[in-house]
Amino acid sequence: MALLEVRDLTVVFQRRGEEPFRAVDGVSFDVEPGQTVGLVGESGCGKSVTSLAIMGLLPKRGATVTGTVTYDGTDLLKLSDKQMRDKRGSELGMVFQDPLSSLNPVIPIGLQVTEVLERHRGLARKEAMIEAKNLLDKVGIPDPNRRLKEYPHQLSGGMRQRALIAIALACRPKLLIADEPTTALDVTIQAQILAVMKELVQDLGTALVMITHDLGVVAGLCDEVNVLYGGKVVEKADRHPLFAEPRHPYTHGLLASIPRLDAAPGEKLTPIRGSVADNIPWAQGCAFAPRCPNALDVCVQVTPAEEDQLGRLLRCHNPVVPGTPAAEEVPV
Amino acid sequence: MSETLVSVQDMKVHFPIKRGVFMDRTVGYVYAVDGVDLEIKRGETYGLVGESGCGKSTLGRAMLRLNEPTAGKMVFDGQDFSALKGEELRRMRRRIQMVFQDPLSSLDPRQSVESILIEGLRAHGLDKGKESTNKRLRDLLTAVGLPTTALRKYPHEFSGGQRQRIGIARALALEPDLIVADEPVSALDVSVQAQVVNLMEQLQEQFGLTYLVIAHDLAVVKHISDRVGVMYLGGLVEEASAADLYAEPLHPYTRALLSAIPVPDPVVEDRRERILLAGDLPSPANPPSGCRFHTRCPWRQETRCDTERPVLRELKPGHKVACHWAEQIQSGQIQPHEVQPILVEEGDGLSPDVPLVGPASVTEALNP
Amino acid sequence: MALGVSKKEKIDDLADTAGVSLAASAWKRLRRSPVFLIGATIIGIFIMVSLLSPWLAPHDPSDKMLIEQVVKARNEIPPAQPGHPLGGDLQGRDFFSRLLVGSQQTLIVGVGATLIGLTGGLILGTLAGAIGGWVDSVVMRLVDVMLSLPSLLLAFSIAAMFARPSQFTVILAVAIVQIPVFARLLRGSMLAQRHSDHVLAATALGVKKGAIVFRHMLPNSLSPVIVQSTLVLATAIIEAAALSFLGLGNPDDRIPEWGQMLGDVQNVFDTHPHLAAWPAVCIIIVALGFTLMGETLREALDPKNRR
Repeated sequence: MALLEVRDLTVVFQRRGEEPFRAVDGVSFDVEPGQTVGLVGESGCGKSVTSLAIMGLLPKRGATVTGTVTYDGTDLLKLSDKQMRDKRGSELGMVFQDPLSSLNPVIPIGLQVTEVLERHRGLARKEAMIEAKNLLDKVGIPDPNRRLKEYPHQLSGGMRQRALIAIALACRPKLLIADEPTTALDVTIQAQILAVMKELVQDLGTALVMITHDLGVVAGLCDEVNVLYGGKVVEKADRHPLFAEPRHPYTHGLLASIPRLDAAPGEKLTPIRGSVADNIPWAQGCAFAPRCPNALDVCVQVTPAEEDQLGRLLRCHNPVVPGTPAAEEVPV
Repeated sequence: MSETLVSVQDMKVHFPIKRGVFMDRTVGYVYAVDGVDLEIKRGETYGLVGESGCGKSTLGRAMLRLNEPTAGKMVFDGQDFSALKGEELRRMRRRIQMVFQDPLSSLDPRQSVESILIEGLRAHGLDKGKESTNKRLRDLLTAVGLPTTALRKYPHEFSGGQRQRIGIARALALEPDLIVADEPVSALDVSVQAQVVNLMEQLQEQFGLTYLVIAHDLAVVKHISDRVGVMYLGGLVEEASAADLYAEPLHPYTRALLSAIPVPDPVVEDRRERILLAGDLPSPANPPSGCRFHTRCPWRQETRCDTERPVLRELKPGHKVACHWAEQIQSGQIQPHEVQPILVEEGDGLSPDVPLVGPASVTEALNP
Repeated sequence: MALGVSKKEKIDDLADTAGVSLAASAWKRLRRSPVFLIGATIIGIFIMVSLLSPWLAPHDPSDKMLIEQVVKARNEIPPAQPGHPLGGDLQGRDFFSRLLVGSQQTLIVGVGATLIGLTGGLILGTLAGAIGGWVDSVVMRLVDVMLSLPSLLLAFSIAAMFARPSQFTVILAVAIVQIPVFARLLRGSMLAQRHSDHVLAATALGVKKGAIVFRHMLPNSLSPVIVQSTLVLATAIIEAAALSFLGLGNPDDRIPEWGQMLGDVQNVFDTHPHLAAWPAVCIIIVALGFTLMGETLREALDPKNRR
């Protein structure tokens, strides 16, 4: 059985005097123990809201969460606040994009790590200190004894993110959710952090949900990839088939529009027209239709269902056939 | 296209770190840009890459004189741009325009697109009669791929990519020779970045523009640039044609940078060797002696690296590198070794009031 | 649902709407805010009443028409009676009429003091924010000194410096106290504007310095100042009332003023609380009205709420 089973997760935001907004719309995916699953998409695709909903971190007021999130046999959405708090520290770890605002600025790093160890693993202060030092060492923070006494602002962005990973891993969680953990960092630091995460996941057997907008990060890290657009999973496949033969026009377009470092000189980029905000203003239809080169008339009338097509899960009426060029040349 | 349009000579920008309430006391300097020489030829695209804190944005702004450089000069089309003053400087600004990273914050939220575009024309007396101006504005919008109905709208009503088009149209309005684009696509969604990159390439062809593109994303820079300069801690460490730089990086930092960039292809990713750099970028307020990179360099040698600052030298035609041992590293004579990360203290000697001293570039220096 | 329309048409329709300026979209949000409507209604009624009070008031507020009912020794004050819904005051003048006409003075003092304070603050703040350097240092230290004194105390001292108190001295005293508040606020947002990208962009375009200050920096720094002035209107009314209460206001008691009305009755407060309660409640309601407007205005102008 899967470690985490997300079924039909839907999050609707309702602000007073405004139309309700479906940020996440029927998202389903599984995470097996030790597996790394990617959620990829651009701003507003619902990837971060999905992670917050799983962790029970959405505000109670204004956000309605439906569907089920089964972790190890229990539905996380049905747990009380207190039960969820216990789960969060001990079995579910989370790493956020901005390490500075996720750490308490007035408490030394060491105390923030030992706090978790004392609370969730019941270690004594002294043991916790030793364990904290080991943890910082493990995530590659130099001179951990000294770092333990320092405050978050005294660390660089990369070191803070390592400290946050150390805290998230302090209780050896079975599942770690990382929400854009390297977006705020430089590439060389990103490479360090990703290496640390990869190693830890392998050593500890932790399952990882990686949320990012960077297809490159996903390509090197994830076993299975979920591509999100407009709050829905539009394509789900293992990473090799996904990158080799993207079938959803969105995935296809995304890959064709990013400049690759190993591209031949003079290779042209094929952009996707319009912007993420271009949605169809009525309930039915595919959210990507206004930007899609493959769109048919049915696309703006009927919401495509998630179907097992071409050996993967797809939500598309007219998927890309490999080997054919983009249906239409997009004007600049 | 061999005519030199821009020549930057030994440019330095040092921001004083000030303390005190009444009489500001200078307690040190942030060496944001520390001696950069570069040349940009007419009609080419020069890409400047580096990670945050390397001084690339500060260099761009110093060239435009949005920051005053501490030393050095920029010669633009045969004229010493750094020496211009007052009205002369203002007139000359027409020929060098800028495109900013955040398209929303760089557009005045109170101005309609029309008044944003007209402002530059007015400032240089190019606003001749209602009809010709109107035609000009429509042509501009068409050139950047916006509908003419956009004129009456306000920046907040557009998407990120469209706003960046407005920013580009504003720069184009003055028919500049050089456009300095500071991270022109990094604030945009991935699917939109290519639109703006393609637009910039198309406009370059159409209007014969020269670009200086400043970005942290080497893949974007490689795609758009003819030549690329790599910056590290205030200095240029390598300069080559885009293809050469990727095919044969000579500086250890460039190698590490290239190897760190993820490629959206699992087959490539599984095969790649990564050069992981140890530790963090040292503080630009307290840069290492000798070669700025020696504290993190896997090829560091016992001699010269920590005592002598390497100068940029031409190793092959058109390929310059600032490394004492570039030949030996290239031939495999020197092998990489383990590097112990050195502690970098955040906020070393930097007081919290530093952001008031200089523009955005200081925050860049503060947050490596 | 328009299912028959072609896909292309539908998508094109999305792009084609006219521009909405920032001010227009703020106004749209304001109109939907019930709190703003309450505040605006209070202020609207207040302004109408003060403008029309000479005609609305049933009697001349300075006419001591009920004087024969006033018996000083027994603290007798004319009670409510036909034609005088709130009775008379200590000198037998119609209390209701005085209350109505009193709103006029409150409005003049509040608006006058705020306008003068705003003007002074705008000048100082623009100087400090746009020029910077030593001008900034001098202006801001001056402002710090003024802010270090309690504002009421400062207003008393200024009002007391004038040999003969008058309506004008009250306005001036209250206005001067507000200047540093405005100056500091404006300078802060001007400084932030100075380093903003759109100001850099204008510099790079070659726009003249003066045009940058007045076309870009100042207009974009004004939102917090506008909000502050509605809040200052409330404090100005309260401070002016306090000055009058302490006898530093207009000595001519034929022209009623709410603060002064409060001050006049302090000796009879325990036997006739209504004489103090009415003007006090009026001051509170008007101050509340301005505060409600200010707070909702702040929210509406906040760029974070813009979409």
